[in-house]
Amino acid sequence: MSSVITRVKQKQIAQLIAKGKRLDGRGLTDYREIRVEQGIIERAEGSARVLLGRTEVMVGTKIEIGEPFLDTPNEGVLTVNAELVPLASSTFEPGPPDENSIELARIVDRGVRESKAIDLGKLCIEPGKKVFVVFVDVYVLNHDGNLIDASALASLAALLNTKMPDYEMEEGEARIKPGYTPLPMRRHPIAVTFAKINDKLVVDPWLEEEQVMDARLTIAIDDDGNVCAIQKGGSGYFAPKQVLEAAGIAAEKAEEMRKKLDW
Amino acid sequence: MPAYFEGRQLVTPGDLIAEDEYIAGENTYREDNKIYASRTGLVEYENKKVNVVALRAFYIPKLEDIVIGTVVEVGFNGWTVDINSPYQAILRASDVLSRPFKPQKDDLSQVLDAGDLVVAKIVAYDRTHDPQLTVGEPGLGKITRGEIVKITPTKIPRVIGRKGSMISMIKQETGCQIILGLNGVILITGKNLEDEQLAMMAIHKINEESHTSGLTDRINQMLKEEKKKREEIKNEPKI
Amino acid sequence: MSQKSEKLIDKKGLRLDGRKPDELRQIKIEVGVLSNADGSAYIEQGKNKILAAAFGPRELHPKHMALPDRTVLRCRYHMAPFSVQERKSPAPSRREIELSKVIRESIEPSIFLEYYPRTGIDIFIEVLQADGGTRCASITAASLALADAGIPMRDLVVACAAGKVDDTIVLDLMDTEDKIGTADVPVALMPNLNAITLLQMDGILTLEEFENAVNLAMEGCRKIYTLQKEALKTKYVDVKEVEE
Repeated sequence: MSSVITRVKQKQIAQLIAKGKRLDGRGLTDYREIRVEQGIIERAEGSARVLLGRTEVMVGTKIEIGEPFLDTPNEGVLTVNAELVPLASSTFEPGPPDENSIELARIVDRGVRESKAIDLGKLCIEPGKKVFVVFVDVYVLNHDGNLIDASALASLAALLNTKMPDYEMEEGEARIKPGYTPLPMRRHPIAVTFAKINDKLVVDPWLEEEQVMDARLTIAIDDDGNVCAIQKGGSGYFAPKQVLEAAGIAAEKAEEMRKKLDW
Repeated sequence: MPAYFEGRQLVTPGDLIAEDEYIAGENTYREDNKIYASRTGLVEYENKKVNVVALRAFYIPKLEDIVIGTVVEVGFNGWTVDINSPYQAILRASDVLSRPFKPQKDDLSQVLDAGDLVVAKIVAYDRTHDPQLTVGEPGLGKITRGEIVKITPTKIPRVIGRKGSMISMIKQETGCQIILGLNGVILITGKNLEDEQLAMMAIHKINEESHTSGLTDRINQMLKEEKKKREEIKNEPKI
Repeated sequence: MSQKSEKLIDKKGLRLDGRKPDELRQIKIEVGVLSNADGSAYIEQGKNKILAAAFGPRELHPKHMALPDRTVLRCRYHMAPFSVQERKSPAPSRREIELSKVIRESIEPSIFLEYYPRTGIDIFIEVLQADGGTRCASITAASLALADAGIPMRDLVVACAAGKVDDTIVLDLMDTEDKIGTADVPVALMPNLNAITLLQMDGILTLEEFENAVNLAMEGCRKIYTLQKEALKTKYVDVKEVEE
């Protein structure tokens, strides 16, 4: 199927939105149906799969032992990578990460890192020398819009599901011993993405809405209702009023989401 | 009266020039009821029409325009010509050769080769195709001698002057033949290099000071002074 | 987590470099500095030194990348290896790739893309020295480079960041403030249309602090906008004054 959207459909979507409705019957600030499954990949230290409407994202976490960053010698390391695998969309091509997958990974990373979701201080084995490194790999399996929120949700679910290997210190050397402890998680940041269509904001745009939108705005909110990450994307713009309006709606939706998932 | 700038005032992109009953002209655009500048330049009013005479712009081809270009590629049935524009132009072999074109026998680079200059006219152009040129009219064709000067296309009218006053004055003072390509490329052919350089000086000065007034007189003055200087140097006794 | 043994704002309310919370760093802008580019601009903002060049509209290569009804804007943000304290590898980092994308998306809304079908416009940004806020200064310079090239635009795009250090909302963060502070909010604006074309944030801010930061950043943008316009006009005003 061509990824080009017809003008007729474009008009349809825009006209409905002007009336406060969407093609799939949702309200302007409604999410699609969300399903979260955890622990599906046994070989990973943690994993989760999120279905957001028909968008499907799988995240696996792996824990390794490595060196800390120079400016944070007592903290573990978090690294997020995203792959837009070709089977997820006819528009994804095989090859090294392009600007879209890099942006996706960095937005997810920002939400987790700035909210201090992981207690990185508890991941230190030997200060300055050995820490736990948490690899979060986002795998987009089907692209039907709003990869950001789906990926952020799946990443958080995978981290909540992640087990760190147990270790003991023997003569100054860290040795892995059997048993696990859960990854120390303190916060549950939720990313809420808006699309601007015909000057109106809609939450959780699906693929065709993304194809007609002017611009998108992602706002990540932590458990206290604080903003912890924002990214505007797309080649359009927002009025300052709209930005503040979106922040308010994002705080509400994030709270709803946390309640619904019992986090 | 909702006009915020006067004529000959300098504006930059995004400046709000006028509102309501005014019409958006060159290098401006209309949003809601307001007319904004889209390029840096001088405001000019033509009754209710607001134009900005851009200080810097590139050439977009127009049908019937005379342009001067450089051949950049010899193809199998024509040439690609650089006309100092975002779009490259095509000159077909059939337009140049007076007899039917035989690709196996005719070597196009013998007629026009990469690096040659041509004066041509735009005969076809639209949003989906590159501009097409012709040299099949009197005064058009390959350039064999002369100097080329490139200026911003928007300043060509200034080089012409009101009712041709500027260009005639320069031709007279320098004794040169001058062909003005609307794409900002100018061909100067004089009796000797000195005269050609004199004309080039005048044109460069116009390019830099096009937004000032009294330019025709100043250029006239400059040319007379230069010529005097050169006379003096020539008449100096040789030691 | 971050040991804030270093105070970023002293008892007199001044920052590490002596500025007040709502004060911009020293800015110097010059337009038309590169003879081979169609348009160019150079900006110094505090210790930042950034060069931007624009080429086009010109025919796009490879041709299949061209679009039939509009121009294609490409942007490359790149840091010189000697621009930062520890030598940075010349290969594009993930950060540079993301910034290239968001900078392109901050400038695109200002250009009339549909005016020049089948062409491309390229923006190249080289950070020669970095001290925090390079993406904002880059946007400010890149927009000027496009104007210098005579490319028609809706408005200039100007950018500035605000953030939070030591419980105070401050304007135009330098590198140390960015690294040790609590939040950083870069904003790009088309001032005459009041349109935000770049907005990012990392850190933690309450909704109210976020609103204050955005407003402060926009004020900073408008101040820098006057400097942008001056820089564009300077080339021509000089000559005009000589003749008068």
